Amino acid sequence: MGPNLFINYGEAVAMILFGIGFGNLLLQSNLIKKIIGLNIMDTAIYLFLAEKGYINGRVAPIIIDGVQSTQAYINPIPSGLVLTGIVVSVSVSALMLALTIRLYRRYHTLDLDEISQRLKREGL
Amino acid sequence: MDYVQNFPCISIMLCLFAGIISSGLRDKTAMWINAALLTVNTVLSAYTLLYTLTIKEPFVYVMGKFPAPWGNEIRAGVLEALMALFFCVIMLLSLFGGRHKLLEEVEEDKTYLYYVLTDLLLSSLLALVYTNDMFTAYVFVEINTIAACGLIMIRQNGRTIEAAVRYMIMSLLGSGMLLLGLCMLYDLTGHLLMSNIKESVALLAANEQYGIPLIVSIVLMSVGLCIKSALFPFHAWLPDAYGYSTVSSAAMLSALVSKGYIFLLIKIIYRVIGFNVYHDTRIIDVLFLFGLMGMIFGSLSAIKESDVRRMIAFSSVAQIGYIYMGFGMGTEAGMIASVFHILSHAATKSLLFIAAIGLTDVSGGSRRLVELTGSGYRNKWAGITFTVGSLSMVGVPLFSGFISKLLFAQAAVQNHTKMLPALIVLGVSTILNAIYFMKTVIRIYTPLGETAYTSVTFKAMPVYAVVLIAFIIMNIILGISSQPIVDMIQQGLATFA
Repeated sequence: MGPNLFINYGEAVAMILFGIGFGNLLLQSNLIKKIIGLNIMDTAIYLFLAEKGYINGRVAPIIIDGVQSTQAYINPIPSGLVLTGIVVSVSVSALMLALTIRLYRRYHTLDLDEISQRLKREGL
Repeated sequence: MDYVQNFPCISIMLCLFAGIISSGLRDKTAMWINAALLTVNTVLSAYTLLYTLTIKEPFVYVMGKFPAPWGNEIRAGVLEALMALFFCVIMLLSLFGGRHKLLEEVEEDKTYLYYVLTDLLLSSLLALVYTNDMFTAYVFVEINTIAACGLIMIRQNGRTIEAAVRYMIMSLLGSGMLLLGLCMLYDLTGHLLMSNIKESVALLAANEQYGIPLIVSIVLMSVGLCIKSALFPFHAWLPDAYGYSTVSSAAMLSALVSKGYIFLLIKIIYRVIGFNVYHDTRIIDVLFLFGLMGMIFGSLSAIKESDVRRMIAFSSVAQIGYIYMGFGMGTEAGMIASVFHILSHAATKSLLFIAAIGLTDVSGGSRRLVELTGSGYRNKWAGITFTVGSLSMVGVPLFSGFISKLLFAQAAVQNHTKMLPALIVLGVSTILNAIYFMKTVIRIYTPLGETAYTSVTFKAMPVYAVVLIAFIIMNIILGISSQPIVDMIQQGLATFA
C-alpha cells in the first residue's frame, strides 16, 4: 500500500481535502464556514477526477499532425464531468449563500445553532 | 421503433420547458400550465406502462446519435412506467389539495414560482426514474434537491428558512458522497452507463480485483442516498422541513422526493452493481439494521410529538425504515414488498398531510393535538379521510398499508436468519403506529361539550373534497386489488437489471 500511496499522491490529497470539506460542512456552526467546507469538498472531487483522468505525457484528444494513435491522447470524459460538476456546485453554493443572506437579515447572526435556539424560544 | 418509445424523453422535456415558460407568466396561467403538464404526463406514463406490459421487456431509447458505451440512454420498463404514473398522479392530487393554503401562505404574485419549482421537481423525478446513465442521475439528483429546497422555503417565516438550510446541508453531504462514489466507480470500470458498469463490476468481482475500492464506492453511494432519503440516523432535518412548509410541499416531499432517491438506490442495487455483488458486500445488513431502528425510533418520536404535522413527519421516518428493512432482507420478496410500500406510503402520507390541513383549518389554525378535539365533526370530509389514512398506516385490511405489511411479513418468513428480528420489529412498530394514529383519530372524534357542530359543506371547498375522495379511492384500490400491481412490480423487477 505504501508505494501505491506515494505514486498516487494526488488522489490521496484529494481524499484528505474531501474529508476536511465534509467535516466542515457537517460540524461547523457558522454558515459561511459551512459553505466554504462545501466548496472544498466539491473541489476535492474535481481534483480526484482530474488526477485520475490525466496520464503523464499525453495531451487532450485534438488530432495534431495526423497522430491518430490512442497512446498519444487522454480520455476527455473526466474533464467533461469536472465541468458539469463545477456548474452544479456553483448553483448550489449560490442557493446556500442566498439562504444565508435571508437568515442573516432576519436574525443578525450566522450561527445556525443560535438561530435554532431563538426559533425555539419564539415558539414558532 | 414504435412512437411510444419517445414518450419518456418527451415527458421529461415537457417538464423542463414548462418550467422555463412558467417563469415568465402570471400566477393563474402558470398554475394551469402545471395542471395540464401533470395531466399530459399522467396519460403519457399510463400509455408507456401499457406498452411495456404488452412488449414484456424494457426498451432502450438512445439520446443523441452516440451508441451504447459512449452516449446517454433512457431505459423504460414496467417498474419505471408504473413509478412515473404514480408520481404524476400523486403530485397532481397534492397540488390541488393544498392550493387554498398555498394562496394563503405564499406572497401574492409569487405563486408562479411555486409552479416553476414543481415543474422542475417533476422533470428531475422522471429523469431519475427513467435514466440509464449515472452522471445524468447525479445532475438530476441536484436539481431535485434545489427544487425541494425552494418548495420548503417558499413560505416565508424564520422556521422554514432554517429548515431549508438544514435540509440543504444534509442533502449536500449526501450528494457529495454520491458524486465521489460514482467517480470512483467510473475510474474502476471506465463506464457511466449503468448496464455497462454492471458488466465490468461483475468481471472485477469474478477476478477479485479492486475489492476494497469497489466496496468503498458502493458504501459511499448507498450512504449518500440514505442521507438524502432520511433513513433513521440522518433524519434530523425532516420534521422541520415537513412540518412547517406549505402543505403541498410537505405532501410532495414525503411522498415523492425521498422516493425518487430510494428508486435510484434500487437502480444502483439491481442495474449498476448487480444484486449478487451488492448482496455479498454485507451492506444490506447495515441497511436492515438501520431500517429496523428507524421503524422503532421514528414511531417513538411520533408518539411524543404534540404537533399533528410533525407527528405525521416522524411517521415518515418509520415508514422509510420499513422500505430499507425490505432492501435488507436481500431477497426478491423483500424487494417487491419495499417497492409496493413505496407506492402505498406515497399514497397514504400525502393523503394524511392534505387531510390534516383540513382539520387544523377548522381548529383556528392551531396544529396542536389538544386543539384538534372534535375537529372531525367540524370538517367531516377531512375527518373521514384522516381516519382512512390512519387505518391504512396502522395496517387494517381493506387499505393499502395492510398489503405492504403482509408482503413484508411474507418476505421475512422466507429469510431464515432475519425472520425473528424483522417480525418482532414489525409487530412492535405496528403497535406503536396504532398508538399515535388511533390516539389522534379518537381525539378528532371526541365531542367538545354539548354543542351541535356545523361541518364545512362540500360547496365551500369542492376541489379539496374531490381530492380527498380521490385519495381515499386510490388507497382502497391499492388495498383491495393489490395483486395486479404486485404482479406488475414482480415483472418489472425481473426485467429491471
